[in-house]
Amino acid sequence: MIQLDDVSLAYAGRTGPVLALEGTSISVAKGEFAAVVGPSGCGKSTLMKLVTGLVKPTKGQVAVNGAPVTGPVKLAGMAFQNANLLPWRTVTENLMLPLEIVEPYRSNFRRNKDEYRARAETLLDTVGLKGFGDRFPWELSGGMQQRASLCRSLIHEPALLMLDEPFAALDAFTREELWCVLRDVWERLRFTVVLVTHDLREAAFLADTIHVMSARPGRIIDTRKVDFPRPRSLDVCYEPEFSALVLSLRNKIAEVRQS
Amino acid sequence: MTNRQIEALAPWIFTLGIFVFWEAAVRLLNVSSVVLPAPTEIFAAMHRYSVPLLKNSFVTLWTTLAGFALAVGFGLLRGLFVGWSRTIYRGLYPVMIGFNSIPKVAVVPILVMWFGIGEVPAILTAFLISFFPIVVNVATGLATIEPELEDVLRALGASKLDVMRKVGIPRAMPYFFGSLKVAITLAFVGTVVSETIAANAGLGHLMVQAGSNFQMPLVFAGLLLLAIEGIGMYAVTAWLEGRMTGWAFRSQQSAGG
Ligand SMILES: Nc1ncnc2c1ncn2[C@@H]1O[C@H](COP(=O)(O)OP(=O)(O)O)[C@@H](O)[C@H]1O
Ligand SMILES: [Mg+2]
Repeated sequence: MIQLDDVSLAYAGRTGPVLALEGTSISVAKGEFAAVVGPSGCGKSTLMKLVTGLVKPTKGQVAVNGAPVTGPVKLAGMAFQNANLLPWRTVTENLMLPLEIVEPYRSNFRRNKDEYRARAETLLDTVGLKGFGDRFPWELSGGMQQRASLCRSLIHEPALLMLDEPFAALDAFTREELWCVLRDVWERLRFTVVLVTHDLREAAFLADTIHVMSARPGRIIDTRKVDFPRPRSLDVCYEPEFSALVLSLRNKIAEVRQS
Repeated sequence: MTNRQIEALAPWIFTLGIFVFWEAAVRLLNVSSVVLPAPTEIFAAMHRYSVPLLKNSFVTLWTTLAGFALAVGFGLLRGLFVGWSRTIYRGLYPVMIGFNSIPKVAVVPILVMWFGIGEVPAILTAFLISFFPIVVNVATGLATIEPELEDVLRALGASKLDVMRKVGIPRAMPYFFGSLKVAITLAFVGTVVSETIAANAGLGHLMVQAGSNFQMPLVFAGLLLLAIEGIGMYAVTAWLEGRMTGWAFRSQQSAGG
């Protein structure tokens, strides 16, 4: 699904070029849940932008779905640390935003509006926001806004979901709740996910594969398979194997931060 | 009376208080009406000259509104253009600030030479002076879209036009309506300044004429009418702002952010 070969990217910084990624190679299979962890500023968000075609690599090849990426990929759902909902739209209207942009929904938007609205309501139901569709974002707590943001990234049933530290701003309880929400949606639809996070437990709980990045300029220095059986319950977080995995990831990152 | 009622009445009570204090001071200190007329004299002048006052108020009002309407139309278009891309915004912003720092009073004589004495220079002064706040506000509203939100939309294949229609323009509306309050006040200043310098109608013109005849009560009557017109126009734009973009106020107040 996603293939990066020896990709480098330099930003034009104010005091000369900033090399964000250098020689990054990564491969994510269709339907795989991949997590990317690494020290902050190592180029994780940059990696997301490369995959979605929002920036072009300085060097190397990016391919999504077997085709080289030359512009915005037009099929990815994205969610970030900030929910970024539009305050002048109700929650349901916010969810319908991608349908106003992505084909084939876009051409049929007027005609099928009621159907799309129902679809948004159903999705809200699955993340525990039943009955909140007619509220405005500012009437929701941070965790609820983040749920809505997740729904917005999923409404057009994207083949690819890109999550950039989506739960970073939430408290521990809400975060774990949303892990389960994401787990359930993914178990059901099995789209491809790239989850950027600095929470190693989050990566270990959700992902099939964890990619560890080095300090800037970022590179993938380690790839771990996570094979706890699915569907996973939160109890898995308290098993010794889980703790061992998190500990070894932690050491790995401490190591790359030193160098 | 509840606290809320007192709060609602307070501006009226204060206004009345100022007039009472003014009247008392003028009478007790025996101030000549050529220097500072008492409110009662002003109201008497208002009554006596009600026809010319109303006529000239109307001229001032419509020239202000005409200049303001031009400023809204062109300001909105220009703001959309400038805010369209961050590059245009960065490039044009300093130029606009420079242009805006020219005192518009200095332009009035030029406008008079071009268009002659009359309403046109007043309208154009009002337009020039109130145009920039609208442009700057609309452009700022557009150019400060959260980059992440833009990424979300562009990853869906949204064009620049889509991003502007769905996010930029609605987002710029509070900035736009907020700028109207400032713009209408400035337009009013522009009109009156222009009328004072070169016009044959309007409250500014009437006040200059009355001043040269030492009719101080009439001058002050003109001033009072200006205040009333100014407050009225401000109130309308402020009401419009609250009406059109209430979500912006409410979302600022929310704890969730
Ligand atoms: N637009 C930009 N211009 C210049 N430098 C940038 C830009 N965006 C990111 N960078 C730099 O590139 C590096 C990687 O950034 P980013 O991908 O956001 O890191 P992460 O998401 O892992 O924290 C950082 O050092 C950052 O300062
Ligand atoms: Mg980041």
